[in-house]
Amino acid sequence: MNPTRLIIVAVGGQGNLLVSRVIGESALLADVPVRMSEIHGMAQRGGVVESSIVFGTARSTIISDGEADVLVGFEPSETLRALNKCNSNTVVITNLAPLPPFTVAVGSGIYPDLDVLQSLIRAKTAHLIAFDAEALAIEAGNVLSVNMVLLGALIQTGKIPLSSETVKEAIKTKTKKAFVESNLKAFELGFSAAGQLG
Amino acid sequence: MHKLLAVNPGQKMLLLGNEAIARGAIEAGVAVATTYPGTPSSEISLNFFQISQEGNLYFEYSTNEKVALEVAAAAANSGVRSMCVMKHVGMNVAADALMTLAYLGVKGGLVILTADDPFMFSSQNEQDNRYYSKLAGLPMLEPSSAQEAKDMVAFAFDLSEKLQQPVIFRTTTRINHSTEVVVLGDMQTPITKGDFTKDPFNYVTVPAVSRNLHIKLLEKLKTAETISETSEYNFITGDGAWGIVCNGVSYNYISDAVKDLNIADKVKIFRVGFSHPMPRVLIIDFLKGCEKVLVVEEGEPFMEETIKAFAQEVGLTLPINGKGNNLFSRLYEYNPALVRQCLAAYFDVTYKPVAGVNLSDVPEIPQRPPSLCAGCSHRATFYAVNKATEGMETICPTDIGCYTLGFMPPLSTGDFLICMGASVGTSCGFSKVTDKKVISFIGDSTFFHTGIPGLINAVFNNHNFTLVILDNGITAMTGHQPHPGVDMKALNMEGYAHVSIEKIVRAVGVPHVSIIRPYRVKKSIESIKEALNFKGVSVVISKEECTLFAKALKKPRGRSFFVSEKCKNHRDCINELACPAFVIEDNQVKIDPVLCSGCTVCAQICPEHAILPLKDDA
Repeated sequence: MNPTRLIIVAVGGQGNLLVSRVIGESALLADVPVRMSEIHGMAQRGGVVESSIVFGTARSTIISDGEADVLVGFEPSETLRALNKCNSNTVVITNLAPLPPFTVAVGSGIYPDLDVLQSLIRAKTAHLIAFDAEALAIEAGNVLSVNMVLLGALIQTGKIPLSSETVKEAIKTKTKKAFVESNLKAFELGFSAAGQLG
Repeated sequence: MHKLLAVNPGQKMLLLGNEAIARGAIEAGVAVATTYPGTPSSEISLNFFQISQEGNLYFEYSTNEKVALEVAAAAANSGVRSMCVMKHVGMNVAADALMTLAYLGVKGGLVILTADDPFMFSSQNEQDNRYYSKLAGLPMLEPSSAQEAKDMVAFAFDLSEKLQQPVIFRTTTRINHSTEVVVLGDMQTPITKGDFTKDPFNYVTVPAVSRNLHIKLLEKLKTAETISETSEYNFITGDGAWGIVCNGVSYNYISDAVKDLNIADKVKIFRVGFSHPMPRVLIIDFLKGCEKVLVVEEGEPFMEETIKAFAQEVGLTLPINGKGNNLFSRLYEYNPALVRQCLAAYFDVTYKPVAGVNLSDVPEIPQRPPSLCAGCSHRATFYAVNKATEGMETICPTDIGCYTLGFMPPLSTGDFLICMGASVGTSCGFSKVTDKKVISFIGDSTFFHTGIPGLINAVFNNHNFTLVILDNGITAMTGHQPHPGVDMKALNMEGYAHVSIEKIVRAVGVPHVSIIRPYRVKKSIESIKEALNFKGVSVVISKEECTLFAKALKKPRGRSFFVSEKCKNHRDCINELACPAFVIEDNQVKIDPVLCSGCTVCAQICPEHAILPLKDDA
């Protein structure tokens, strides 16, 4: 099985590691070979969390610049920052709800314009699916389920070798009971949003 | 039941490398585990800590790595399987114990895990701890995956008992923090009680004894080498004439690169997992079958230099290379594309790298550096220090912990940092040879770790500086581990005592001691000013609970604040505190009520008193 390489970038606290875990558990359920790596140095202190997930027969757990098949960004400026991981065949999925870093508040940086950001990514990669995942998370009943919304969108693209059923099974067994319902709803909302944006 | 205690041999489980290592130790019947927390090793001990609350394992967070190793060394010399876990720089602290423990050896298995951090994701250097195996004369094992790490831990215990020597188990961040499907193995029942038999002429390392023990050490090393020659962890795949020697994660990148470049029939790979002593005979045999050899190892040319020496001994002149000649670097961690590129270049294989996207027209993206949390008490302390030292020329040695982040503007309270505890020792030197006011910072856990001897030195030698002990009641940086100053009863943990930082400071004879509550801004500034005016050693203990930990414990917090219409945009709050709860909207400062922890510090410093508590919980 040829490797499929997925990068997920997020800001600390957005639930990137949980989603990676759900994806890994789904792969285990479906008997799909998977290896993952995460860098979460000081994530709780507002830094960036990056996960790489490699499906297939590769042994490496990390993904070099330009070699991601799919990039999922939980925060638009972080998606843009991770563009170095992409090539012209990469499919990109991004949340459009910004979480400006503190450097913007103190005036040592300018937050990128969201329209410019989208057209840049669109021009350089194979396909961009961009929407407000936070709004859908709120609709699902839990603002913190942005991660599950984006997971739904990711599965909808069919770019990673996991079925919707398997992932939902993993959500049911591997996320906290109190949140299973809203997580599943968030997953569905993300799934159909990606379907509509096509 | 803890998931790593599941008795299901053959079951597949998705495990983080560090979880796999902990599971491997449990499968091997580890009975004593000790550590001082440090990334990237922290999850190993976190799992041990949790498991110890329901099983046969004795686990402790020791005050530092040296103590941790001493505890484990004594347990192992009483015949009990023990493990000591640390990050790479922790090995420097433990090295004094390590070097002579290698002379004594052990009875029960002792595995010493060092988690190295190439690229320094969360460390102050990227030293290559493989050299400790050479320096101490101890066997060393290095896994390439989570599954192998789990299996190798059990082998490490067996090896340790066979050789009667501690075994160094060396990982890198990408082993610790990679996740894979791991097949669980059988569990051995731990033997938790041991006995120590007096044998002073083998255990008390006076010179006459050590002269004999050094002979024994070299003999054991020789035996280790014969085991290394036949170890399943040193294996060869392929039979081409292009030789590749690799270890750890580099083996993964090489395996993938060989496939990607379609050169499997041309290469022969030697994966070294038992990497000290190196299997000399195997390596020489391998070299004899190669036209040229590439050595792929992150960090220093540890294997490369040894392999070159082996070749020289038997007169082999084939090219052997790794670092240098536009090949691999001693810097940072490797990645699949880099290894593919170097492999192709060295063996002259046509290779066209994937073209990444052109980033030249991407606007500069604002940085997102880690910062002290919203409401962090360290920020309040640093603000008070900055106010108290206004107009003074200062030098601020700092130390290792969250508060190191205070070195960033606008707090700018960190000028010099080398290692755990060094804030105190370096303050002595700076204050002696400069005329500037020295004010240094150390966290509570770091104070216990290695700060105390420096403070005693300062008192004895009558140095002149102010030490601020940032006591937030937990080892925050590495994920909230306990330390001797933590009130364990309040955490519902039985069987611990409490050590008071204040009592230690007073007991060593510090002539000027004060305690501040950093959220009380004015009082704190006054107390710090007094301490600064004192000639001699003064200590300010700044006590306030870690806000992130308080949140994790679901403690009640203060009301969130908001910026009212009285705001005249002085922006002292943002410019001097830089709390991440502030946001700018329409050129006005706002406070994110979700992030705000209600610490009240910004409200106290606002010249217009414009920052007010929200009436109802937003």
